[in-house]
Amino acid sequence: MAVFDKREIGSVLAKQGILIAFALFMIAFTIANPKFISVDNVFSVVRSSAILGVMALGVTFVVISGNLDLSVGSMMSFSTIVVLDLHDKVGPALAIPLMFAMTLCLGAFIGFLVGYLRLNSLIVTLGMLSAIHGLTLTYSGGQNMDIADKEGTWFSVFGQGTALGIPVPILIFVALAALLGLTLARTPYGRKVYAVGGNGTAATFSGIRRARTVFTCYLISAGCVATAGLIQASRSLGSQNTVGQGLELEVLAAVILGGASLLGGSGTIFKTVIGVLILGFIQNGLLLVGLQFYVQFVVTWIIIILAVWLDIAAKRGKLWSMIA
Amino acid sequence: MQKVNLSVALKGGAIWGFIVLELLFFSIAGEYLSVSDKAFMDLENMLLLFKQSAPIGIIAMGMTIVMVNGNIDLSVGATFAIAAIILLDSMTWPIFAGLGDWVIPVAWLLALTVGTLLGALNGLIVWKTGVDAFIVTLGSMLGYRGIVFMFNGENPTSHLNWTLVDFAEAEFLGLATATWFLLGVTLVMWFVMARTVHGRNAYAIGDNREAAVNAGIRVGPHMMINFAIIGFLAALSAVVFYSESGSVNPNDGQLYELWVITAVVLGGTKITGGAGNVIGTFGGVIAIQLLRKGLGHIGADTSTVNLVIGLILIAVLFLDKQLNIKGKEELRV
Repeated sequence: MAVFDKREIGSVLAKQGILIAFALFMIAFTIANPKFISVDNVFSVVRSSAILGVMALGVTFVVISGNLDLSVGSMMSFSTIVVLDLHDKVGPALAIPLMFAMTLCLGAFIGFLVGYLRLNSLIVTLGMLSAIHGLTLTYSGGQNMDIADKEGTWFSVFGQGTALGIPVPILIFVALAALLGLTLARTPYGRKVYAVGGNGTAATFSGIRRARTVFTCYLISAGCVATAGLIQASRSLGSQNTVGQGLELEVLAAVILGGASLLGGSGTIFKTVIGVLILGFIQNGLLLVGLQFYVQFVVTWIIIILAVWLDIAAKRGKLWSMIA
Repeated sequence: MQKVNLSVALKGGAIWGFIVLELLFFSIAGEYLSVSDKAFMDLENMLLLFKQSAPIGIIAMGMTIVMVNGNIDLSVGATFAIAAIILLDSMTWPIFAGLGDWVIPVAWLLALTVGTLLGALNGLIVWKTGVDAFIVTLGSMLGYRGIVFMFNGENPTSHLNWTLVDFAEAEFLGLATATWFLLGVTLVMWFVMARTVHGRNAYAIGDNREAAVNAGIRVGPHMMINFAIIGFLAALSAVVFYSESGSVNPNDGQLYELWVITAVVLGGTKITGGAGNVIGTFGGVIAIQLLRKGLGHIGADTSTVNLVIGLILIAVLFLDKQLNIKGKEELRV
């Protein structure tokens, strides 16, 4: 006969706590405003979350490998400005690969510093946040970028187009999530990322090249950032230097909400997607019930801390004693 | 003969050597590139530099003890903005209308109290939930900034009190009020960290938390006090700065955490805790302000300043790593 363990229930509750909270939240907002759950609204939420989501996918790799990336916001500004600038100069077909190459170079630089030189990722990416912002401003000369011929370009398809009735940004987000999710969960490389984040020394002894694994995680993150920059540029066909400012925090919030531990070694792409959707729906739901835009910051803060707290309490097995 | 530990000497003196290099570089480069006629090492310019260092510097002193303690506070910029709004707005509240200029100490007290409470709230959450300080303050950075925006939307909050402006612009012994505050805070924090039990405990906890718990140090309350200190100092920084300017935008103080952490790390405080001191931080603050001012002096714009600051931060981290590598059996593959 199965033994009914109180502590186990507590841990299950906490593990799925974020999903349960999400479900309750969705029900509450649907009751408050039936439009909330309509196909149109869901589509619009997912579409506006796509940029954040794509970036969060890459950061998930970095966080699982036991590092941080605070530079993704300013790197996204960089990608956006570069691709917009090159669009007019060399044409979109060449601009996109060039922009990807430049962004990947930045990612490789960070990966080199954190992976091979073993510098603290928090400080390195904090420095890079500032440095890349400076690079973007220098590149653009402080000017906002705009595409000359806004009507006649096929470039807008990445941000504004639809295929099979689904907006392209959503398709990109879903495809990338599937690809990276499978990479993380089903390939030897994915296992290496978990191993390096879980216990770097042990991973090294078992023959995993730690430096190389961390390096590639930053490359993946930079690739995702470049994709996000492409969607952003294509959606607006013009941009300010500061377009990605502060996004690194929202990205990190989404990853943490999904339950990835900042200490590394845990988290999944699926959970990050849930984290992104939660942030998106909270933002949207608060707007629909007529709350101020800024209140969302405060609500996000409370939710992040509750989520992480639940997570920690569950790991310690203390949750049940707290409830009962 | 006493053996001088080269790496320790290098680390302790590095920041001051860096400052000397900066002074030399900008003095010489300034001769050729300067946009103004004045020399870079002009006394007036240097005094202004100290005054302009105050907002970042005052917060950096608090960040030093928080980081030595093994935590970090990313919410200082938002706390700074909230304190500034409380300061400027409370002076217009009808209940204080009869106070005349006596409203100033009341407004100061309110702003400082709110800052301290917000800091203590961060500390309380870190203590009671066991959530990493990085996440807690990352969250409150969003949350506190949300509160700032909720207050007055995207409009600035302004109130200029001329008595206050006179006080802020006053000079005593040739140094501006803000400079005195910076020096005072540095002195007090030096005393706290170097001469009190609380300071000694901060190093102990940052160095090895398990050992500190076993030694009977009450880690939770200790961390909360440090967060209250940095909250207080963020508010004090706002109070000093906005007494003069009289108008606060909801975006003010953004990226302050970046500047402050850069200064503290430049000054030799370890990001993992357990090492660092206020004097080094003071050097770090001056070094950063020299860099900003110097680059401006030779005609570089904000973009270059951002680029240079970021790269220098990384270079310092690299040097620090190189100096620390000896003696540590690190597994490198």
